[in-house]
Amino acid sequence: MGKLHWAAIPLDQPLAMAASLTIIVGFLVLFAIVTWKGWWPTLWREWLTSVDHKRIGVMYVLLAFVLLLRGFIDALMMRSQLAIAAGAAPGYLPPEHYDQIFSAHGTIMIFFMAMPFMVGLMNFVVPLQLGVRDVAFPVLNSVSFWLTASGALLVNVSLVIGEFARTGWLAYPPLSELQFSPGVGVDYYLWALQIAGVGTLLAGINLVTTILKVRAPGMSYMRMPVFCWTALASNMLIVAAFPILTATFAMLLLDRYVGMHFFTNDGGGNAMLYFNLIWAWGHPEVYILILPAFGVFSEVIAVFAGKRLFGYRSMVMATLAICVLSFMVWLHHFFTMGAGADVNGFFGIMTMIIAVPTGVKIFSWLFTLYRGRIRFEVPLLWAIGFMVTFVIGGMTGVLMAVPPADFVLHNSLFLVAHFHNVIIGGVLFGGMAGYNYWFPKAFGFTLDRRWGTVSFWCWLVGFYFAFMPLYALGLLGMTRRMQHYADASWQPYLIVAEFGALIILCGIVAMIVQLVVSIRTRDRRRDLSGDPWNGRTLEWSTASPPPTYNFAVLPVVESLDAHWESKHRASQPPAAARAPTDYADIEIPARSANGFVTAVFAVLTGFALVWHVWWVVIAGMTGALLTLLAFGWTPRRDSIVAAGDLASDDIARREMRAGAGGNTPA
Amino acid sequence: MNAAAPTADPAAATGGSGPASVAITVAYGFWIFLLSDIIMFSAMFASYAVLTPRIAGGPGPRELFELRPAGIETLCLLFSSFTCGLGVLAVEHRRMRMFFICFALTFVLGAAFLALELSEFSRLLAAGAGPARSAFLSAFFSLVGLHGVHIAAGLLWLTFNVAQIAVNGPLEFVIRRLGCFGLFWHALDIVWVGILTLVYLMGAR
Repeated sequence: MGKLHWAAIPLDQPLAMAASLTIIVGFLVLFAIVTWKGWWPTLWREWLTSVDHKRIGVMYVLLAFVLLLRGFIDALMMRSQLAIAAGAAPGYLPPEHYDQIFSAHGTIMIFFMAMPFMVGLMNFVVPLQLGVRDVAFPVLNSVSFWLTASGALLVNVSLVIGEFARTGWLAYPPLSELQFSPGVGVDYYLWALQIAGVGTLLAGINLVTTILKVRAPGMSYMRMPVFCWTALASNMLIVAAFPILTATFAMLLLDRYVGMHFFTNDGGGNAMLYFNLIWAWGHPEVYILILPAFGVFSEVIAVFAGKRLFGYRSMVMATLAICVLSFMVWLHHFFTMGAGADVNGFFGIMTMIIAVPTGVKIFSWLFTLYRGRIRFEVPLLWAIGFMVTFVIGGMTGVLMAVPPADFVLHNSLFLVAHFHNVIIGGVLFGGMAGYNYWFPKAFGFTLDRRWGTVSFWCWLVGFYFAFMPLYALGLLGMTRRMQHYADASWQPYLIVAEFGALIILCGIVAMIVQLVVSIRTRDRRRDLSGDPWNGRTLEWSTASPPPTYNFAVLPVVESLDAHWESKHRASQPPAAARAPTDYADIEIPARSANGFVTAVFAVLTGFALVWHVWWVVIAGMTGALLTLLAFGWTPRRDSIVAAGDLASDDIARREMRAGAGGNTPA
Repeated sequence: MNAAAPTADPAAATGGSGPASVAITVAYGFWIFLLSDIIMFSAMFASYAVLTPRIAGGPGPRELFELRPAGIETLCLLFSSFTCGLGVLAVEHRRMRMFFICFALTFVLGAAFLALELSEFSRLLAAGAGPARSAFLSAFFSLVGLHGVHIAAGLLWLTFNVAQIAVNGPLEFVIRRLGCFGLFWHALDIVWVGILTLVYLMGAR
């Protein structure tokens, strides 16, 4: 069994064991409920083997929420530790445990919370906005999701069996080399991210192909909603950046598994090579995350201001400019490497330049709101909270783009405050805006407004309490990743930060309550119109939830904001109300277990690689290969929806929506 | 996606005619995959370039690399691409005998390339110049080995698709995949030309 032994289960660590038990009991309860209710066949047919982009998108977002809870518990533990571990007090977390927690927190929040959240929204929304029936490669889409879920599972298995990395979320060598991290923690990290990374790359290829090649008739590039543009830019960055991550991790794995010398201290290795490679992926990665969020805000602000987006063209240009520039700034993550004044100067200036297109966007959103008929629905609250918060985060970023200032602030809590400022204030707020905005489209009923508002304010206020003190602490000289500090004068700041984290906890609880309340009262918050917000883009022109095939007949797009224009054309009733006459048979891809089965083999292989159980590695890889070959042997199966069924189905939906009447929110 | 879109529509004339056919999306998606693959290689190339001088007191490129086997490997690979191109054309015109001959040749040439590469690896290992010897050799074995792994995967892919055609006849979706295989095989040529230049021509005496 390789290195695997009973001793790998951390029975001596009560905290880790309690967490593991919670997870295991949670899983068992879930299994029991599903079995007792007899939901397995439905679950298997409708979700686990679904290749419908909407279902896959929902599963991505669900994964993100579950991992948000896990990552947030890590955050609370860190904040609590630092609120008490001043001077002589050691706190309750030993250093080796604390190191695992901050590594897991960063890894989970970026790779398994923010990424699935954004990919999930793009998966759900993009085909609907493009007016088509699915992504370009539906089965591949399912494989992508399940590989991401496999990575997430492996990270959480490390809690129960073995340990996680103690190296920080990017596993810098030489610390992450075998010499200094002989345990399985770094291996868990590397294999989990390799597997999830393949999933992300495939998702990127899929969405780029979809946006460039699979659009409704008439949907020219300049008629695409801004969210599709930002999704395109984000996925092009995925395609361009994730292979670098795969190659970099492969090199580190070769160092660890076969004794190579890419990044070791001896044998001529060069650790700074790793820094360059990982950030050549890592900086585009932050734009991979933020660009879809920018897209969400563009949709939300235009809809809730009741105006067309100000400066659509400059918005598109700014998106693409960010897409290109994001590859030219990576060195600002390590100005202190000592590359010299010229190199640092170049990257400092590039970093300041990339703030310009972002500024263009902020002004576009402000001018869209200006003199709009603003409705303060929950998605717009998140968007406004974002604009204020993100600008602060952006400015502290530009501050650190000045190399001499960075030499002082490098690896301090100022940096930690900065990137939480842009990732929470940007990506997470964007995700929450999108979740509240598109939820009625996905499930056919709106989310509760009151609890949504509570959640928003708790997150916003909690964020400021939690992270503003960290800016101050960074300037006072506190570095990141400290488990304990001698200077007791820092403690008040850290207690305030802990208080902020608790307010965010209230925000998360309110989020859960919002979901529960909304589901319980769903009958009176049904959205029968399919267009609860008076939307502008094509996803609002079909029913909520949309039928499997999205559109019975593909819409013909004649302008930007196609749905809005068709609603406001005076001469004829809106396209959504007119039943087409040209129904034809359509093919929709049949469900496929390929993704799920591949994921089972991927988890097995990854786990066995971590523990050096070579026969399982061979079995797992063979299984995955055979799955691929079996899938490749037979031609793709499609289910046919006959024109007659399609027509009766569609006409019924249209009558229901026409009966629901107006476009005012429930 | 099923494609058939109303091309007579006036809006379609200015904004594209709707979703592309499967043949186009598959080829397009595969091109994008190839671009991503080339980026992965470029990360390995960059590492090799950075680590070439880091020989840690061990042998360097000048002592290790020989141009003759590298030249023969190059010929094998380029000819296999030629036969692969002919094979794809043959199957598109349903000239099945030609198709099988061409792909058999492609396989043999690809396998010969792989055999030559493995013999070079074993020569280096026998000389004590394995991947764990120095950062330079780590980068060499990884870069060239990654290309070799791609070639091996390509041989498996080729065999699988040819077997499908031998059993089921020239099905449309298999021919589409053979088209992708052709792209893949040519892309590996391009990568190999990079390796030949950077590793062998610039490295050997």
